[in-house]
Amino acid sequence: MTESTTGPTTTSTTTTALPADPAAGTAPGTGTEARPETLARAVEVTRRYGDVLALDGVSLDIRSGELVGLLGPNGAGKSTLINLFVGLRRPTSGRMELFGGSPVDAVRRRGIGVTPQETGLPPTLRVREVVDFTAAHYPRGVERGALLERFGLSDLERRQIGGLSGGQKRRLAVALAFVGDPRLVFLDEPTTGLDVEARRGLWEAIRGFHAEGGTVVLTSHYLEEVEALAERVVVIGHGRVLADGPIAEVRGIAGVRRVALTGGDLPELPGVLRTEREGERVHLLTTDADALVRELVRADVPFSDLEIRPTSLEEAFLTITAREPQDA
Amino acid sequence: MSLLLTHTRYQFLETVRVPIAVIGNGFFPAASMLFFVVPFAGDDPVGATLATASMMVFAVMSSGLFTHGLGVSEDRAQPWDPYTRTLPAGPWPRFGARILNALAMTLIGIVPVLIVAALFTEATVTPVRFLLGFLALMLASAPFQLLGLFIGYALPSKAAIAVVQLTLFPMAVGGGLLTNPVDPPAFIDAVAPFLPSRGAVELVWAALGYGTPDTLALVMFGVWTAVAAVLAAWAYRRDEGDRFS
Repeated sequence: MTESTTGPTTTSTTTTALPADPAAGTAPGTGTEARPETLARAVEVTRRYGDVLALDGVSLDIRSGELVGLLGPNGAGKSTLINLFVGLRRPTSGRMELFGGSPVDAVRRRGIGVTPQETGLPPTLRVREVVDFTAAHYPRGVERGALLERFGLSDLERRQIGGLSGGQKRRLAVALAFVGDPRLVFLDEPTTGLDVEARRGLWEAIRGFHAEGGTVVLTSHYLEEVEALAERVVVIGHGRVLADGPIAEVRGIAGVRRVALTGGDLPELPGVLRTEREGERVHLLTTDADALVRELVRADVPFSDLEIRPTSLEEAFLTITAREPQDA
Repeated sequence: MSLLLTHTRYQFLETVRVPIAVIGNGFFPAASMLFFVVPFAGDDPVGATLATASMMVFAVMSSGLFTHGLGVSEDRAQPWDPYTRTLPAGPWPRFGARILNALAMTLIGIVPVLIVAALFTEATVTPVRFLLGFLALMLASAPFQLLGLFIGYALPSKAAIAVVQLTLFPMAVGGGLLTNPVDPPAFIDAVAPFLPSRGAVELVWAALGYGTPDTLALVMFGVWTAVAAVLAAWAYRRDEGDRFS
């Protein structure tokens, strides 16, 4: 919006001091120097596709050294948010920042790495060619052999991508995010379609990058994956940030159970987060279903057809947050 | 500059590793040459030379419109294209590489036409005129490449195919590329100067030493090129990929 013009000269400009720290100190006027630096930021961002509201007033800061998991069901707006962060799309309203500038500005993107979706790697190119192609865009890079080894692709350098297995393509796609020695990587569904072993291998590589000081933003619709990797979890649903906090906190919310029964008036029960009624049927949402059932029995109220179900993450968050748009 | 070469190199590799795409590129003009030129003008040196030039302009139009119109719109539907837009480079390396690649494809596309002309017609040209004609041909490709880029960035691939075909054939016929160059039908005489194909082919004819280009046709060629450039740049800027996410 503001500084969107990407002219022909952007690739050769030598504006910022590149080698060490392209973004250092560029964030304007933040008084708190002791806190970790903010690498990327969304400020009140809304994005529409025609009539569809994909993001609705999202604000999010990604700070240096974080490993952030964006969690949410398909269609929640995760990918849209990533696309805005990496400069692929522009917000309808609000502001995106990357290293203190606009993500649309190519120079700002020198510090990031992005994963292409696996289905899109050019099938006729060889593994080494696609790595070299990506590397040519960055002022510095990591050594190809070491990178491929880290992602278990060592002996495949000369293979055409069309001949790789799905898992190998996926690993190559993730590896591409790390080619330019980035400070911040965006991994959109990095392990979709991988078997357990390959998934753990990728997790190791991502953890290794983070342990060396790298910042990671990854999306997933697997709670397990986010739990295994992320320290901070941002739950997104219907284009809004529903929860944002340390993994333990979010896990607590995600452990919500739905206790359904048919009955009349119920007494005040402990630990009930929310009560819904559909005719005779009462739904109680709680984090401790066992205790709730004990209480129900002790209270000696008549009920029948008791049913206890885990809520999906989506359901848990959507019921807990009061507003629920029905149209999306 | 090095990024331009990098993009050109890998785009070229992507294309030439699918040989049928390269062969298809040269087939149409060479086939038209065999069906339209060899039987009717093959024995007349001037007619054959002019008609060969016409077919080469046709080849240039076809590869400009098809490589970009289809290539770009198909690429936009693949995740690889948006990925390359996240790399720290402005739009020009990719844009420029597309144009260089289309020129390479054009070169490959005119070789069969040259072979047919040399083997089966009386067409003749001096080496210097050949070189001039070749340069004119590159210039002649400009509006069609830009129109192809516009179509590719503005439309999804299914629509792009239709629009490319609807653009290519009327322009080729209307510009007089597929009819007798020496004595064209009256309706073609009337519409031709307003089409970019006419200015393009007259440039090439002049470079080969036949006639002076018509002023109106040249002006319209310039207008088409400028308008197509503006449209292509506009379509590129508004494009955010074809994927809905």
